[in-house]
Amino acid sequence: MSIIEVNNLSLFYGNFQALKNINLNVEQQKITALIGPSGCGKSTFLRCLNRMNDLIDDVHITGSVKIASHDIYHNSFDLLGLRKKVGMVFQRPNPFPLSIYDNVVYGLRVHGILDKKIMEEKLKWSLESVHLWAEVKDKLDANALTLSGEQQQRLCIARLAAVEPEVLLMDEPCSALDPISTAKIEDLMYELKKQYTIIIVTHNMQQAARVSEYTGYFLLGDLVEFGETTQIFTSPKDSRTEDYLTGRFG
Amino acid sequence: MYLNPKIEQRVVQAILWVFTLATVFILFFIIFYILHKGLPVLSYNFLTTNPLDMGKSGGIYSTIIGTIALTIMSLLIATPLGVGTAIYLTEYTRESRITRVIRFGSECLSGIPSIIFGLFGFILFVTKLKMGWSILSGGLTLAFMLLPTIIRTSEEAIKSVPYNLHEVSYSLGSTQWQTVTKVVLPSALPGILTGVILSVGRSVGETAAVIFTAGSALRMPTSLFSSSRTMAVHFFILAREGISMPNAYGTAAVLIITILIINIIAYRLMHKFIKKYS
Repeated sequence: MSIIEVNNLSLFYGNFQALKNINLNVEQQKITALIGPSGCGKSTFLRCLNRMNDLIDDVHITGSVKIASHDIYHNSFDLLGLRKKVGMVFQRPNPFPLSIYDNVVYGLRVHGILDKKIMEEKLKWSLESVHLWAEVKDKLDANALTLSGEQQQRLCIARLAAVEPEVLLMDEPCSALDPISTAKIEDLMYELKKQYTIIIVTHNMQQAARVSEYTGYFLLGDLVEFGETTQIFTSPKDSRTEDYLTGRFG
Repeated sequence: MYLNPKIEQRVVQAILWVFTLATVFILFFIIFYILHKGLPVLSYNFLTTNPLDMGKSGGIYSTIIGTIALTIMSLLIATPLGVGTAIYLTEYTRESRITRVIRFGSECLSGIPSIIFGLFGFILFVTKLKMGWSILSGGLTLAFMLLPTIIRTSEEAIKSVPYNLHEVSYSLGSTQWQTVTKVVLPSALPGILTGVILSVGRSVGETAAVIFTAGSALRMPTSLFSSSRTMAVHFFILAREGISMPNAYGTAAVLIITILIINIIAYRLMHKFIKKYS
């Protein structure tokens, strides 16, 4: 079942067209990878899905994005509710310079959940879901910046998990991590897809092949090809995809 | 004229060294001189008894209380106004003509001589608004003088909070105000505090603006509408009218020690703040 339906989506920064007529459906509780060279619109596309591009001046969008059959660019759409439902993991681990505890319950506080007991339950549950509980349960008051890069990235995912989103957008979540940490985060993604729909932007083609069920290849603002990962990697239909995958280009 | 580059280097180094030494020497000379003259007068009694006979004898207790009252008053007014303005300028508006005008205005405010502030405060608060010479008039006047410092330091502190923290906060579904109060202000707090503490130093040392607006009554202040004499004003009057040079130096010593302590605290905080983001 498709949870996200994108129809004829175009995005302009001023006069520059960064996304050209994108059509794409994302399946629920699967991992969809977006690959392609730098500056080709993958991250921009990802940021359309939780409307982070709204924060940038001079951005103009046409076409429609439906999440769970609601048009998220409709005037009356609840933007804060959207961002609660569609969480984002960024390229660099970016915990707030607060305690581990305050980081995880941040989203709860923002959405008006202030009951200590509920907060502590969710805290434990979200940290457990990213396998960080055992490591940090004795130092919840420590500043989150004292954790290692990989732990910080886990913490950022736990911070999202606490508000119980349905979709996780991951913008090159491993690019600041070493290979061992990357493997750990990938294992985590595998578990997380039981609960969430995951869309991951990555530079790393092997990563896309390893973790995803569906893959989309972006080039210069076009979605060149989209399909099942095994098909894209074994028999791409478009010659541009093949050139990229075989390393002739990009 | 051609100098051997090696010699040139030596000469320049020596000149710069002398300049630096001169700056430090002046600072230490002032501190040493004031403490040398003032410390012998200082005693527990000097700090805890009220001035007698115009300040010829007795201590400086009521002027210490006056200084504290006036400083607190001015900060209570200036801090929310200044931090609020800084939040508006950095978070709630884009760079435009208006923000430049506001910033320029605030810079100009910091360049106005304090005696002009005093006169302005005297005309507006003391006479027009009939507050009289009082802690309230003095506090309001001082607050306007402190605003530019608080605005500028708060702005710098808020700007130094990385933008990606804003993004994360928005991506978790927070509003702009939630982002400001839960992420930006806590992160910027040490920087903002540095500005506030530096303002305390300024407030404690200010004389011209205070003498016009808070007056120079030696009685212990009893309310916001009491006139009050601060340590700086007390020093000025004791020295200027030749009432008692030893007591003047004693007051100056207390002032200078207070300001030194305040600056050390501010410096420490600033250091901590810089370390946090580097």
